[in-house]
Amino acid sequence: MTGFAKPLKIALGLAVIAALIVVPMNFNRYGLFILSQWAVMTIAAMGLNLTLGYAGQVSLAQGAFVGIGAYAAAIMTTHGWPLPAAIAVAIVLSFAVGWVLGYPALRVQHHYLAFVTLAFSTLAFLVFRNESWLTGGIYGISNIPRPHIFGIATNKPLPFYYVCLGSLAIVSLAVWWLIRSPWGRAFIALRENPLRAQSLGVDTRRYTLMAFAIGSALGGVAGALYAPLTQYIDPVPFNLSLSLDLLMMVIVGGAGFYLGPFLGAMIAVLLPEWLRFTEGYYLMLYAIAVMLLLIWSPTGILGILDRYMAARRTKAASALRAVAKSRLETAQ
Amino acid sequence: MSAVLEVTDIKKNFGGINAVDDVSFDVREGEILGLIGPNGCGKSTLFNCILGQLTPSGGEVKLDGRTVTGLRPSELNKLGVSRTFQLLQVFPKLSVRENLILAGQEHQGNMASRLVGRSDAGLTEAANQMIGFFKLDHLAAEPAGGLSYGQQKLLDAAMAFMGGPRLVLLDEPAGGVNPTMLADLKERLIAINREKNATFVVIEHNMEFVMSLCSRVMVMAEGKVLAMGRPDEVRKNPAVIEAYLGH
Repeated sequence: MTGFAKPLKIALGLAVIAALIVVPMNFNRYGLFILSQWAVMTIAAMGLNLTLGYAGQVSLAQGAFVGIGAYAAAIMTTHGWPLPAAIAVAIVLSFAVGWVLGYPALRVQHHYLAFVTLAFSTLAFLVFRNESWLTGGIYGISNIPRPHIFGIATNKPLPFYYVCLGSLAIVSLAVWWLIRSPWGRAFIALRENPLRAQSLGVDTRRYTLMAFAIGSALGGVAGALYAPLTQYIDPVPFNLSLSLDLLMMVIVGGAGFYLGPFLGAMIAVLLPEWLRFTEGYYLMLYAIAVMLLLIWSPTGILGILDRYMAARRTKAASALRAVAKSRLETAQ
Repeated sequence: MSAVLEVTDIKKNFGGINAVDDVSFDVREGEILGLIGPNGCGKSTLFNCILGQLTPSGGEVKLDGRTVTGLRPSELNKLGVSRTFQLLQVFPKLSVRENLILAGQEHQGNMASRLVGRSDAGLTEAANQMIGFFKLDHLAAEPAGGLSYGQQKLLDAAMAFMGGPRLVLLDEPAGGVNPTMLADLKERLIAINREKNATFVVIEHNMEFVMSLCSRVMVMAEGKVLAMGRPDEVRKNPAVIEAYLGH
């Protein structure tokens, strides 16, 4: 990464973080809700980016894990449990279910795997809707409380936004650690060439299951924050279209790029607000923009940046080669 | 010399075709065994059966006297068996150094320690040594996909040695590599064979390469072992000349 100097990158990162903390202080209730939603959806998209972008396992079930986390949190917190305990349960539950959902991936790949996960997504939705003794059925669960963090009530939009932002920060650090660890390398190996990975001792079975389980667990975390954010949940937000939205966020942002989900979630959550003036045309414009983007850059928005950097590297390398060549020629 | 690898009556059928038909041989510690034969004679299938990529239809594979038939490729790799493939198999988006670290990391610690431990699994030094050994220094930070074919072949071979294997199976390491680089590769292989006492099995069509590198040569034809012996013996064997070498 010779393009941007490291200090510049760090400065840019700190500026963005500072802006995320300071700027929303002046936002109204609705603005804070949208921004909190961005943070929550980024967490879910980061999970899918691990499963799909890094490890190369297609999943159309991420929305279902957000649902599992949301229901776990809603049920527990309305029964008096603290939110951190609910988040822990959401993580364990979606990790376990994600692990089991990983088993089909050991046998089928690509669009076949997409269909398996799609079936799971439908199954989860039916459970949310039909098992009303647990989930409240179509009436859902209301009056979901927001937590007290270190004794501070987060009922108001701004404190709860900071809960979401803080959770996003923790998840971002954890994911950053994971992808730069040998695990991240093994995930990439799994995506690019599982056969070769195996012959180098990479236990592709275990890493595949882990990719599903960890990605799903992050979906669960997002859900456990979503429930207190909206304070009311019913099955509808967790149907297949949420999984498709999350898939879109990962692909539009740039699958397999660390910052992809941040960008993808921003576009998916904020763009509808910005395009509100177009009224009914919003979805059409979004659809056209996505098609054009993917034709131009199948690797998403960060793929464009990546191509630009690669082109610069190639240019620099050929300049070096030209210099070396001319030296050789003058030496002769 | 004891046998590192003992293969007994390995069979592999695809539909009605006996791709590998009752093949038995052993590989002695520290030797370089050549494996030659016409295209489609079952060499690569034999490799895949030994290495767990394919489940043999019958027979037994022993590593250091222990039966390993049917183990998964990753398990065999952890027991010290490594390989290269006929077609290039490097990870194009990872840098040369990252490719080598990946090739060694699963031999360091366990899953948990690899998650919480160092990002390079403590292998940067070993990877750099391997890079120097294969003369890829100037390319260490480049994505492997940007290397020339010959350079990728060298990297591919280097990756097979990162885990410190006892036994390495190389499937056509010389294919498509230019003569200068080939001489380099041969020199590297001989050096590793001597210094680390690593045992090799090499599939190759380049006769000069095989004859000058290997201590023994096994010839296969139509799924069976046609001949086995020193290179000069094999070269004179009438059946081998008939089936493969030509007149």
